[in-house]
Amino acid sequence: MRIAAAFERAKNETRAALGLFVTAGDPDPKTSLEILLGLPDQGVDFVELGMPFSDPMADGPAIQAGSLRALKGGTKLGDVLAMARAFRDRHPEVPLILMGYFNPIYIYGVERFITDAVNAGVDGMIMVDLPPEEDQEFCLKARDAGLDFIRLITPTTDDDRMPVVLANSSGFVYYVSITGITGTRSASGDSIGQAMARIRDASDLPAVVGFGIRTPEQVREAAAHADGVVVGSAIVDQLAASLDDNGHATATTVSSVLELAKSLGEGRRP
Amino acid sequence: MNDQSPNASPMNSYRNQPDENGRFGIHGGRFVAETLMPLILKVEDAWKSSLTDPDFQKELDYYRKHYIGRPSPLYFAERLTAHFGGAKLYMKRDELNHTGAHKINNVIGQALLAKRMGKTKIIAETGAGQHGVASATACALFDMECEVFMGAEDVERQKPNVDRMRLLGAKVHPVTSGTGTLKDAMNEALRYWVSNAETHFYIIGTAAGPHPYPAMVRDFQSVIGHEARAQIIEAEGRLPDSIVACIGGGSNALGLFHPFLDDDSVSIYGVEAAGKGIETGEHAASLTGGRPGVLHGNRTYLLQNDDGQIEDAFSISAGLDYPGIGPEHAWLHDTGRVNYVSATDEEALEYFQLCSRLEGIIPALEPAHALAFIGSMIGDMDKDQIVVMNMCGRGDKDLGAVLPMLEERGKL
Repeated sequence: MRIAAAFERAKNETRAALGLFVTAGDPDPKTSLEILLGLPDQGVDFVELGMPFSDPMADGPAIQAGSLRALKGGTKLGDVLAMARAFRDRHPEVPLILMGYFNPIYIYGVERFITDAVNAGVDGMIMVDLPPEEDQEFCLKARDAGLDFIRLITPTTDDDRMPVVLANSSGFVYYVSITGITGTRSASGDSIGQAMARIRDASDLPAVVGFGIRTPEQVREAAAHADGVVVGSAIVDQLAASLDDNGHATATTVSSVLELAKSLGEGRRP
Repeated sequence: MNDQSPNASPMNSYRNQPDENGRFGIHGGRFVAETLMPLILKVEDAWKSSLTDPDFQKELDYYRKHYIGRPSPLYFAERLTAHFGGAKLYMKRDELNHTGAHKINNVIGQALLAKRMGKTKIIAETGAGQHGVASATACALFDMECEVFMGAEDVERQKPNVDRMRLLGAKVHPVTSGTGTLKDAMNEALRYWVSNAETHFYIIGTAAGPHPYPAMVRDFQSVIGHEARAQIIEAEGRLPDSIVACIGGGSNALGLFHPFLDDDSVSIYGVEAAGKGIETGEHAASLTGGRPGVLHGNRTYLLQNDDGQIEDAFSISAGLDYPGIGPEHAWLHDTGRVNYVSATDEEALEYFQLCSRLEGIIPALEPAHALAFIGSMIGDMDKDQIVVMNMCGRGDKDLGAVLPMLEERGKL
């Protein structure tokens, strides 16, 4: 419900919704929580909270490094859920989506994880390595418990495959605008526009675009075509640039990330 | 041919896995990013149609015979047999293949498949470098571009293979992320594939990864077991009592094992790398020391911590230095059909030298693990019993790493 409401709000204000990705526990639990709790006040409409994994095979160098910093800082899946709960207590209306890879959840226990995520106030899940062919592993159980399962559509998803991918999708549709990993290159506004048209033909869900979107200008360009825009690697890069030589947070870490969030938020309107 | 292998696998066979979703029991599957799914489905279509295409099989047979040099001999290791004083030891000499290891069996098959799909750009990951060399070789042969991903640590310890790949025209990408070994090379190869999904074919080097790779690689490697089965029947008039192979991802082992899986009288042993010893935690024995999880497109036994984070494998052998294992091995372990054991770095080193001195065969460090296990059990077997091991690679590539260690121990 929170996800639909957030897109409705944005629509009523004739703008796109902005989602930001941050890795839970990056660079340390305290700093990460402070950033997470601060994002909604910068104009962020929904948050994707990354569950760190040792082998993030669909992520580029920025998010790989963020994941490793979080793991080095001792962040476990239970800590991610605790952060989610703290976020929910502070921001009752802002959608929170967990994003990551399946293995930590599989080891935590699928049923136990779903229960704990629902109780923590999580709204949806993006699981990078669970295509529709593996829906019985997690997707169907998560949806039964009321979690949205948000699927990625990519440039390689052809017309035959589109309905397969959309079949158990809910919340919104996440269009990966490049054939590639996170944070590497950017797509043109035209190609995003064409993809959005294809997705809107096939689904009534809000269509969100992400991967390779880094600046307020790129947010603005994408927002002209999409219902929502996600920025990830640029946020993680900004965080990384603020760290000291040992990879520890400095006095400017939280403020520099939140400032970038705010300027990205200004790109939501055409 | 005296090959007595059954033409069709009965319902209760160990040889009719995986199911249509690529599952071997709970293992296997297709745990990949959506970007790759359409590609993987196309690979599966191409592979399935190749199975019934006589032209494809004819071409594969041609290159097996005239390029790889198959069939490889089944050699009676007389001096090692005398040394052990137990059962007769035979070696399936896959180290005599062109490029010096079993890897080429699979690479030629997948490269022909890539050609069939109209792909001219190849991605490969490599640990010891044998799969990288085989891929670079096939790409030279078939006029394809080759991008090899190799952990930076492995680039150092397997330099001769890196030089061979470069000479053959491949581009070697040293991978520094993570621990700079095979696991990280596979991550990076998958990332590269995600970024070049439309143009590139990924030749996975072992019987792991998303469906159909584990089954496809097994089938291309099963030529080892089919030949060995016919050859031992020709030499001894019967099946062996035991067959043994080393396991990293497990493609050489499955290649030998698969045609024997329904032969109840044959005991089967897969030898994992115990590194410094299972009890030290510094090893690469996923079945002995791991638990089921999901990585690199499949569910299988993985070395991992209580939070589902993958842990580093450790082995003297770059080819076994991987925290997972092919999903069919995971299933064969669960069913109990194959016995999974392990050998340490020190044991492998000892048998590396022993095999060189007694047989004039310098084994790769990987099959030296298999030989080390054989050394621990074959002496207790009767003299009329038979053991077949897969000598899956030759050891020239390892001299740089092994010689200083032997010198250090006063053995050279």
